Amino acid sequence: MSLPEIVGARFPLDSSPEPARALPAIEVHDLTVAYRTQPVLWDVDLQLPEGRLIAIVGPNGAGKSSLLKAMLGLVPAVTGWVQIFGEPYARRRSWVGYVPQRESVDWDFPTSALDVVTMGLYGRIGWFRRPSRHHRETALACLDKVGMKDLAHRQISQLSGGQQQRVFLARALAQDARLYLMDEPFAGVDATTERAILTLLKELRNNGRTVVAVHHDLQTVAEYFDHVVLLNMRLVASGPVATTFTAENLQRTYGGRLTVLTQATEALLQKRAVADATAAEGEPWS
Amino acid sequence: MELSFTARNVLMGATMLGALGGMLGSFALLRRQSLLGDALAHAALPGVCIGYLITGSKTPLPLFLGALAAGLLGSLLILGVVRWSRIKEDSAIGIILSVFFGAGIVLLTYIQKLPDGNQSGLDKYLFGQAATLVEEDLKVMAVLGGIVLTALLLFYKELKLLSFDRAFGASLGLPMRRLEVLLTLLLVVVVVVGLQTVGVVLIVAALITPAAAARQWTDRLGSMILLAAGIGALAGVAGSLASALVPRLPTGPVIVVVSSGVLIVSLLFAPRRGLLWALLRERQVADRIRRENLLKDVWLLGERQGDWEGFLSWPLLMGVRGQTARELSKSARPLAAASLVERSGDALRLTATGRREAESVVRKHRLWEVYLTRRLELASDHVHRDAEAMEHALTEDAVLRLEEMLGHPEVDPHGRPIPRRPAAPAKPERSVAA
Repeated sequence: MSLPEIVGARFPLDSSPEPARALPAIEVHDLTVAYRTQPVLWDVDLQLPEGRLIAIVGPNGAGKSSLLKAMLGLVPAVTGWVQIFGEPYARRRSWVGYVPQRESVDWDFPTSALDVVTMGLYGRIGWFRRPSRHHRETALACLDKVGMKDLAHRQISQLSGGQQQRVFLARALAQDARLYLMDEPFAGVDATTERAILTLLKELRNNGRTVVAVHHDLQTVAEYFDHVVLLNMRLVASGPVATTFTAENLQRTYGGRLTVLTQATEALLQKRAVADATAAEGEPWS
Repeated sequence: MELSFTARNVLMGATMLGALGGMLGSFALLRRQSLLGDALAHAALPGVCIGYLITGSKTPLPLFLGALAAGLLGSLLILGVVRWSRIKEDSAIGIILSVFFGAGIVLLTYIQKLPDGNQSGLDKYLFGQAATLVEEDLKVMAVLGGIVLTALLLFYKELKLLSFDRAFGASLGLPMRRLEVLLTLLLVVVVVVGLQTVGVVLIVAALITPAAAARQWTDRLGSMILLAAGIGALAGVAGSLASALVPRLPTGPVIVVVSSGVLIVSLLFAPRRGLLWALLRERQVADRIRRENLLKDVWLLGERQGDWEGFLSWPLLMGVRGQTARELSKSARPLAAASLVERSGDALRLTATGRREAESVVRKHRLWEVYLTRRLELASDHVHRDAEAMEHALTEDAVLRLEEMLGHPEVDPHGRPIPRRPAAPAKPERSVAA
């Protein structure tokens, strides 16, 4: 089954193959995120185009997940703002699908794969109502899309890591979003799952969706993605893979110590007790 | 058997409490907040005392309300401390629990020294005294229980999402913080409902024990909640009946003992999650490994002699792994039953099927050795022990891929031939395991 048939296709493809997009999918302006006195992101300015596979790449602690969470409003910004298709996230929430890190949940939770995928529809099902047969069928189709239909009723702890990751992807599919934010979708999965996920991401892209994924494997960035964001607390570079994913930029992202600028940033933040950076929804660092 | 009026009150109260505790406890357990209920119970004690001090009477409603208010205050303080300070949740729970409980004890002691003589019995809130339940208590319990049940039904799917994946719920735009507060409020209500019956000290058992027991038997949240409610209610019935029939047996503690019994049985015997189950599985695997090893040993001896047709004597086979005759027959018996080996007195040989099975094991062993030496560049004398384990673990599918990856090697690192895949594999793993 093709993607538009499964999900409600709330965001049909534009008829022209390469439509002129007026708005960036995501615009990040002067974004600073800190946890108490510990800065995680500093002065990030970013525009991400629609309809691309976009990788966020950077060393450990570079703030990749925090950037994703800031886009989702899950962590508060000290300064700056994020817009999704020209509007604040709060007004575009239903346009955005989210795939958290696999380790962020307890997989021993008593529930089935199908049940987890159905959670992607909760926003649409609405308050006080149970998932209907139609919702279950949609969820099942999403599971089928990631090759997991046969395991739909399996308890989630009995799935392999790769299968669990695919359940999360199916749940995001069920959201029928225009923009997908994924936190390390390729982390710790088997080769079969990696191929399945990649195929799916490309299909999403070919259906006009935008996918932003935190990615760890530098070897596959050029092969998998169209656009890359290099991050190390500050934005190092952002652009098409062909021109941006260069040895020089990588050196600037991963190379050596903190720059003087970053050190100054840190000192400044530590002095100014960042009272307004209270722990937010989701407590991302706990 | 005719139950007295009091005993009937106790029965109804304990059953209601058990069911509600099991339901809310399921959420507390899954959210790893088992001790929150404990803290709330302790926090409620000063509320009971203040309720008494204000009204000067032991009518249930003011005491309930006092407990409710203090429990809510305690729970909000815990949430607040976690949010606005660096104190982690477990410490926050400990702090609130002890501070409120300390205050409660101070008030209780003060009240008991008051001269009006009406105050005796407030200490029942410490350990619970179900026999003091009166009809008005039951009415209050029923109303509060109804509220809890309705809220659970209305917000079931959102509470499930909150418990499983809070960040995702927030990304859907669901008010996760408010749902969390709601769940905590419901917990407070149940704790307050249970105070008089089970008491401050043991209420946590009424919450967690049925839920932990229920989790052992099911993999669905809905059935876990129902089962926990059932176990809680059952413990309530058992506790109140026992205390009605046996003089001076306290209801609350008996409830806890009964549900703990159910928990112990569940931990031991529940399918898949139970300890016994794990032991059985371990033994099955050990047995399978022993059988596969014997098949392989027989085959290897045959390989050395260039002849798989002859019978091999018992002492020869015992020598391979230093086994006793008894151990050897124990492994040989199921193999003979599955016609994988043929016995003739104190000797045995492989049947045609048995030979295929044995070759499959040897194949896995030798392929793995090739993999280790070629891919991980280990020396050929370092790979045997690892292969000895992997030969029992590799699935057919993995072997096929391994073989393909290695380019269908013909010999292992020691130069011995790797047995070919049989033309018609007869589901080897299953028949050996049988």
